Amino acid sequence: MELTRPYVAAFSARFLLMLQYRAAAFAGFLTQCWWGAIKIMVYAAFYRTSHASTHPAITLAQVATYTWLNQGLLALMPWGCDPEVALAVRTGAVSHDRLRPVDTYAFWYARAAAYMTSRATPRALLMVFLAGIAMPLIGFHELSWAPPPSVAQAALFGLSLVLMVCLSSAFMMLLNVAVVVTLNDRWVSQSLNPLLVVLSGSLVPLALYPQWAQRALFFQPFAGIVDIPFRIYSGNLAGTPAYEGLALQMLWIVVLVWLGRAWMARVMRRLDVQGG
Amino acid sequence: MNAIRLLIRYGSASVRAQMQYPFNAVMLGIGQFTATMIDMVAIWALFSRFGALDGWRLGDIAMFFGLVSVSFSVADFLSRGFDVLGTEFIKTGQLDRLLLRPRTLTLQLVGNDMRLSRFGRLAQGLLVLFIATVSLDFHWTVATLAIALWTVAGGTALFFGLAVIQGSMSFWTVESLEAMNVLTYGGVQAAQYPLSIYARWFRTFLIFVVPIGCVAYFPVLAILGKPDPLGAPAWFLTLSPLAGFVFLGASFLAWRVGVAKYASTGS
Repeated sequence: MELTRPYVAAFSARFLLMLQYRAAAFAGFLTQCWWGAIKIMVYAAFYRTSHASTHPAITLAQVATYTWLNQGLLALMPWGCDPEVALAVRTGAVSHDRLRPVDTYAFWYARAAAYMTSRATPRALLMVFLAGIAMPLIGFHELSWAPPPSVAQAALFGLSLVLMVCLSSAFMMLLNVAVVVTLNDRWVSQSLNPLLVVLSGSLVPLALYPQWAQRALFFQPFAGIVDIPFRIYSGNLAGTPAYEGLALQMLWIVVLVWLGRAWMARVMRRLDVQGG
Repeated sequence: MNAIRLLIRYGSASVRAQMQYPFNAVMLGIGQFTATMIDMVAIWALFSRFGALDGWRLGDIAMFFGLVSVSFSVADFLSRGFDVLGTEFIKTGQLDRLLLRPRTLTLQLVGNDMRLSRFGRLAQGLLVLFIATVSLDFHWTVATLAIALWTVAGGTALFFGLAVIQGSMSFWTVESLEAMNVLTYGGVQAAQYPLSIYARWFRTFLIFVVPIGCVAYFPVLAILGKPDPLGAPAWFLTLSPLAGFVFLGASFLAWRVGVAKYASTGS
């Protein structure tokens, strides 16, 4: 207990701070609703007007639920490094973090997880209310955010969601270390974001990409951030494939955390502190 | 004439400022290019999976997407001053300085910060138009080129108008209103696909409230020589980008109210 206390404290302090930005959360929510609505209308048009033989191994209703989940939980994706870390690197405050009697990787990791979950929570709750409760009530039942098909599937999703946060945080830590090296947060995120959007399933669900790419898409690390958890939620990934998905998420967390720690250890051995 | 010369000076000053960091400027441009080009990956994936979209081909979609991207990039290049009006001018009290100068606010805000990175999106729009041309084996004529330019003019006016409305609202909110991004970036997103596939309420919004359909969907039909599945008459297809200019005019009415209401903040 005593061992984890500083990391839990770092998590909760950051979580509460980020909840203060309500106006930004509202603007983000509006944008996400708009995007979700457009995407789903486009998917619906493709499904409606094409022959069933061309349809992917995921139903329109599952794609709709997947899209709302994705829009509601966009903040759980590693869009860039932790802005506080970038600032600490530029101002030299990073030396304070190094002086703390804690493991810097774990400390930053906890703060990254808090940053993402605190930004995601209010947006996701609003989205559940709109797409999950209000939409079915006013008659848009078919394309709304449907509940998981079974309790078992919901439980698996819960686990997968936790793994998604862990995986995203591990990615964010790689970006954090990259910022320590390059001192420029914008270029780092700018070069990774296209990959993240295309390969996670955030652009279009991975099942909608061509058949020949499906296996490779399932095994790459980004699938664990959007595609695997949201397909488990909708029941599209059930039984053995669902367990495979969870195992892949865990595998990539281990790999990325190991990579992040090794890289950080190398970088921190000789750190030039900026500012003055 | 004086105004245009001044605008060119403003423009060259802000370009020179950005070129102090040439690597940075180029990287930002490349970033905008890739970030916006990604949508073409989605369009490609969907067409390779489903084959067609209600009779529309990939090239048709690319034509919508390319033209609206070009319009938006031009407007975005010119309107950054309105975009950051709340945070950079009203909140800080800087706007007082602009008001004291013997030139219009609009001119000074247009010249305030012309971002070179917008050329990334422009390049993306042009590349997507090229993809459309090759994919459809489309032969441009003087008439279709003229309609395309007219569409871009109308589209630029519309997106500029949205920025002016965003600026006007910051006279009340002080902060720049991020929620307006729904209409600008979201508008580009919506205009990528033909209006005919959307739900009725959404279509109505995109034609009569914020007429993005009039600067993408209708004129592109005229360029492609297709009749409108929604039943709009042929003369309207070519004329529709005019709606962008009407929208711009209306946005300046809101702007006037806002400026008249302005009381200095900051210190």
